[in-house]
Amino acid sequence: MQARYSFFSLARNALGYHENWPEAWRSPEPKASYDVVVVGGGGHGLATAYYLAKEHGITNVAVIERGWLGGGNTGRNTTIVRSNYLWDESAALYEHALKLWEGLSQDLNYNVMFSQRGVMNLAHNQHDLRELQRRIHSNRLNGVDSEFLDARGVKEFCPIIDLRQGGRYPVLGASLQRRGGTARHDAVAWGYARGADARGVDIIQNCPVTGFRISNGRIQGVETGRGYIEAKKVAVVTAGHSSVMAGLAGFRLPVHSLPLQALVSEPVKPVIDCVVMSNAVHAYVSQSDKGELVIGAGVDKYVGYGQRGSLPVTEETLAAICELFPIFRRMRMLRQWGGIVDTCPDASPIISKTPVQGLYFNCGWGTGGFKATPGSGWVFAHTVANDNPHPLAAPFALDRFTSGYLIDEHGAAAVAH
Amino acid sequence: MLLIDCPHCGPRAELEFSYGHEAHIERPKAPEALSDAEWADYLFLRDNTKGVILERWVHSHGCRRWFNVARDTVTYEILAVYPMGAEPPALERKTYV
Repeated sequence: MQARYSFFSLARNALGYHENWPEAWRSPEPKASYDVVVVGGGGHGLATAYYLAKEHGITNVAVIERGWLGGGNTGRNTTIVRSNYLWDESAALYEHALKLWEGLSQDLNYNVMFSQRGVMNLAHNQHDLRELQRRIHSNRLNGVDSEFLDARGVKEFCPIIDLRQGGRYPVLGASLQRRGGTARHDAVAWGYARGADARGVDIIQNCPVTGFRISNGRIQGVETGRGYIEAKKVAVVTAGHSSVMAGLAGFRLPVHSLPLQALVSEPVKPVIDCVVMSNAVHAYVSQSDKGELVIGAGVDKYVGYGQRGSLPVTEETLAAICELFPIFRRMRMLRQWGGIVDTCPDASPIISKTPVQGLYFNCGWGTGGFKATPGSGWVFAHTVANDNPHPLAAPFALDRFTSGYLIDEHGAAAVAH
Repeated sequence: MLLIDCPHCGPRAELEFSYGHEAHIERPKAPEALSDAEWADYLFLRDNTKGVILERWVHSHGCRRWFNVARDTVTYEILAVYPMGAEPPALERKTYV
């Protein structure tokens, strides 16, 4: 039985030296059969399981994860949340996610430390400026808060930025989404895991999926490291490994798996209280509550499954950060890592039914999946439960690559891809 | 950082090269005869192998010539470099799950 987290439970457990907290979720043995098996225990997979149970009443569900919860891209991103996408389809999807973020800690009874500190996207030249204003207008028409800051406004919002105009990357203006910000990524995975578990979902870690059983074009179950598990429906949410999973099911996906890297600095006192992103130089920076600068870099240019990332990419990003923020020049970097992102040709995700009946894929989020976690889980759960795409997910089906109805968010999504 | 052995210039750092993705994809000879699904297959669907992949590189900051590479996408080991238009060398096409 789970304890509800509250001020009173905190006070009560403080008296017991915090030794009596119950486990946040169970670690059950897999059952022989489930209504839905979710492959992948990252944020999106756990959110899918949570909303399947909460919104659709489907509780005979297992989440199968080969490693540990949130150990993939959920624990490797730079925790930025925003919804200022250019196209109507994307804006609707990410804005739905942002609205869920705003009530997520209360909904999950788990503090995901969602902090709406504002996300600023910089423009370094006239072309950036025009693109940015186009996106701001598009955002406002779609009901997404977005405003323009001129150079003085940028300096007021983020005083440590170098605006002496002598630098390599002059700042002419920025778009600002005040409702955007950051969230604690691990807590998102844990909160969803706890919420799903409380509704009867089995979370099975250290259990790789090694194959699918398919007969007459319909999914029968999954082969795993802990034996065969029968499933009426299988929902695959495996990010960088989506092509591998599709290969096991006998079809191909239009994605490339690329290492995307990030790094954190030594912790310092509060110095930057917003998120600053630069499209042109592909560098993002924010500061964690621990005081580390959290810096996002670009992707490697070649397909790779090694979770590390190439050094020239790190160098390029750090050079840009030092140029924009001279105050950071003497800081030391503490850790660097990579996560494998599955990028689509149009830089938009795939939330879709597949050629195999009862098998669903949610992938292709590329470099920006974390911000969508609640929305992704919400629409995917609907798609799986009803065997019919959620209205917000329908434009993101696999058939767009055949119909040509691509949702081209390259650069339009406020970052250059 | 990869050290790529350009067949014309010798071993050089990854920075000097640009990537051309999967090799051996031939442009359809009769594009007007293709269905939408076949076009999608040619344009978008890729192997994206976790294991040995055959891919194209161009030495864009050197001799500017294209060539093919067989590379393991997990260990990043370059197993073979061979010219455009040539058949891929006989290699164990290792894959990982």
